[in-house]
Amino acid sequence: MDTLNYLNNGHGLKSWLLTKDHKRIALLYLASITGFFVIGGFFALLVRLELLTPAGDLLTSETYNKMFTMHGVVMVFFFLIPSIPATLGNFLIPIMVGAKDLAFPRINLLSWYIYVLGGIFTLVAAMSGGVDTGWTFYTPYSTAAANGHVITAALGVFITGFSSILTGLNFIVTIHRMRAPGLTWFRLPLFVWSHYATSLIMILGTPVIAITVLLVAAERGLHFGIFDPALGGDPVLFQHLFWFYSHPAVYIMILPAMGVISEIVQAFTRKNIFGYSFVAFSSLAIAIIGFLVWGHHIFVAGQSVYAGMVFSFLSFVVAIPSAIKVFNWTATIYKGSVSFDSPMLYAFGFIGLFTIGGLTGLFLASMGLDIHVHDTYFVVAHFHYIMVGGAIMGYLGGLHYWWPKISGRRYSEPWAKFSALMIFVGFNLTFFPQFIAGYLGMPRRYHAYPPEFQVLNVASTLGASILAVGYVIPLIYFAYSLVAGEKSVNDPWGARGLEWEIPSPPPTENFTVSPIVTGGTHQYVYPSKEVGVA
Amino acid sequence: MPNPHTEHFPGPFHDPPLVANLDAIQPHEHVALPHHPRLQHHFDDMAQQIEASTLGMWVFLVTEIMFFGGLFAAYLVYRHANPEGFAEASHHLNVTWGTVNTIVLIVSSLTMALAVRSAQISAPAKTQVAWIGATMLLGTTFLGVKAIEYTDKFTHHLVPGPNFRWEGKHPAPAEIFYSLYFCMTGLHAIHMIIGLGIMSVIGVMAWRRQFDEDYYTPVEIAGLYWHFVDIVWIFLFPLLYLIGGHFRE
Amino acid sequence: MYLKVFGALIIGTILTVVAAKVDMGPLNNVVMLIIACTKASLVILFFMHVRWGTRLTWVVSAAGFFWLLLLFSVIGDYISRGWVPGTLR
Repeated sequence: MDTLNYLNNGHGLKSWLLTKDHKRIALLYLASITGFFVIGGFFALLVRLELLTPAGDLLTSETYNKMFTMHGVVMVFFFLIPSIPATLGNFLIPIMVGAKDLAFPRINLLSWYIYVLGGIFTLVAAMSGGVDTGWTFYTPYSTAAANGHVITAALGVFITGFSSILTGLNFIVTIHRMRAPGLTWFRLPLFVWSHYATSLIMILGTPVIAITVLLVAAERGLHFGIFDPALGGDPVLFQHLFWFYSHPAVYIMILPAMGVISEIVQAFTRKNIFGYSFVAFSSLAIAIIGFLVWGHHIFVAGQSVYAGMVFSFLSFVVAIPSAIKVFNWTATIYKGSVSFDSPMLYAFGFIGLFTIGGLTGLFLASMGLDIHVHDTYFVVAHFHYIMVGGAIMGYLGGLHYWWPKISGRRYSEPWAKFSALMIFVGFNLTFFPQFIAGYLGMPRRYHAYPPEFQVLNVASTLGASILAVGYVIPLIYFAYSLVAGEKSVNDPWGARGLEWEIPSPPPTENFTVSPIVTGGTHQYVYPSKEVGVA
Repeated sequence: MPNPHTEHFPGPFHDPPLVANLDAIQPHEHVALPHHPRLQHHFDDMAQQIEASTLGMWVFLVTEIMFFGGLFAAYLVYRHANPEGFAEASHHLNVTWGTVNTIVLIVSSLTMALAVRSAQISAPAKTQVAWIGATMLLGTTFLGVKAIEYTDKFTHHLVPGPNFRWEGKHPAPAEIFYSLYFCMTGLHAIHMIIGLGIMSVIGVMAWRRQFDEDYYTPVEIAGLYWHFVDIVWIFLFPLLYLIGGHFRE
Repeated sequence: MYLKVFGALIIGTILTVVAAKVDMGPLNNVVMLIIACTKASLVILFFMHVRWGTRLTWVVSAAGFFWLLLLFSVIGDYISRGWVPGTLR
């Protein structure tokens, strides 16, 4: 690159490891998050290999338990929760609000180091024998029994939680206090709104799981009996405290992806979003109502039926703002000038798959139905539709959309389309059979199963293999683009937004002077009759 | 390669420009403006920096509220389930030490508020350091009393685990009570220690004459943290020490 | 002014210890909570300057305590056990 930008402004390891530039920190996160994704995927691979045959013949039951536990822990805490906020959020939020950096750049760097430290703890736990409690660490198994390094893994989660908290804190202060002149709340991109809502959840929820895993470690290590029934403790209390965070956590995983989709849909239909304020308020509604539904994970564990009814009702309510968003995206696409570039393919995938995932969530929210499908593959399929069909598609779509901005290079569009399609096919083949298997009664977290489920499991494993290849291909063409990709202009997609007004890649200080914003950041011209769009 | 998007919509957008100063935001010579020496470069001015720092500390305190909150929630559940057991267990806590500690912390909050004020009015560095030092002294006193209490618990076999021995009517709730006691006061004490660390840094900065009416934000936000730790104790004291106090003669 | 707040806090502390020694049944808990919340509010409003702060600060601190209460609603599960006739829980 000829001009001075954030990538060539300072060379050497120290300039990266001690950077205060939010864009470089975003790339540090991108690298480590990708690493954890590969690790989490490796555990998934072993799980799916074991499940090719009904007998538990590849791994011992104990090892299998460790595999799905580590898959869950790594994917949830080290991939999904940080993914979009720490990479795309860190990179784009200062630019989208017209600032030179986040409010607290050094705390931003600290959050990455904390993330890495937590990751090291967890990897140490994995390598010294693993944890077999499930990523949910349910007591009393995790505190009194369990064959593994629960304390190390719990501490890894504890530490990484602070990374999440600091990121959320930074976003909230930045969005409140560092918007450029003229940039009112309702002129903000929806990406910013969804990250604001996500940050609220990070701030209000993460500390609760922090104290909960600390109590698990205290009970296991110091024999403080808090959840121990032998001492009159209550294991269900653990579940309450755990899910008080972990349910809102799933909204941490999906809200940023929704923000990405809002941006992509507008760019590739050349239209302003239908119902901007509805989408903005829906983000807040999801964040807030998301804190009111945690009991739907505890329907069959011993919670009172009355509480179950309340949580069931509220779980239906929380679907409403998500549905509003889906309707608004659809209405935006309707009569838009749609182009099918790779980011838009991911957006289409998201909208369809998230809808399926969300609807199956409603099945689970009905207490009567949940009794039959709880702890079956139906649940597994449901959350993978949201987290993989939804969140990961959003993440990949966002990476593709903003890749030219971040790297200053164009990736290979044909390969991108191909891998998007491969991911879509692989994903559905992996997880749709699981809905059926679960509904027919196959339990989750079992390493052996009755032979009648084998066909579904083989289909699922085949799908997973295709999915894995689909994920590897972008790694290759993104890496290739860094060395040999065509250089990008400021605005390769013809999109609107502050980030497209500055060079690709941006200079270190983003803007030398604060931009003065005079209108909403999405001012697409409505397609005219002359171009053949009705 | 022609851009298929801009091809269909030639010319400038018909709507008002997104930014009024598009040329200005492209990279060019950076003009240095006079500013406060403590202004960090990503902020526009000191007012923004101060507002951001204060908001940042408040948001952090909200996370701390939720962090302690989990313990308080557990306490609520178990006390509701075992009211007599908790009352019985609480009797072994020394109300005098607890009251002393509460008063110590309240005084330390006062000295902290006065430390912030002394920086706010550009008082001499010696005065600022004196107030900060007083706060630290009181904080250390608090920790000293807690050390005495903890040692007492240890010798009386009130630390949960294999060495726990309870002679009263409700041994199981008592063990839960003391598990919560140690977790809650222990976590609080850890925050106290961190607070002392923060105050020593602030004290050094004050001694180096870094605070005056134009810049005292670090003292202010350290004060916010300190007051928060005090508030946690304001709730811990009656909840742990004063259950069933009326059973005492 | 800080001294007046300080005085109120000390009085509150003494009050709460004295009140604990008087048997008022369930009212003990109510009294104790009221005193503690009043003390906390005094510290927040005056020592932490929320009284003269921005509305955002007020909203943030209020939201924190509100969310704490939300977390406490966990007790609702335990209280409501047995409320639905014909069920085990």
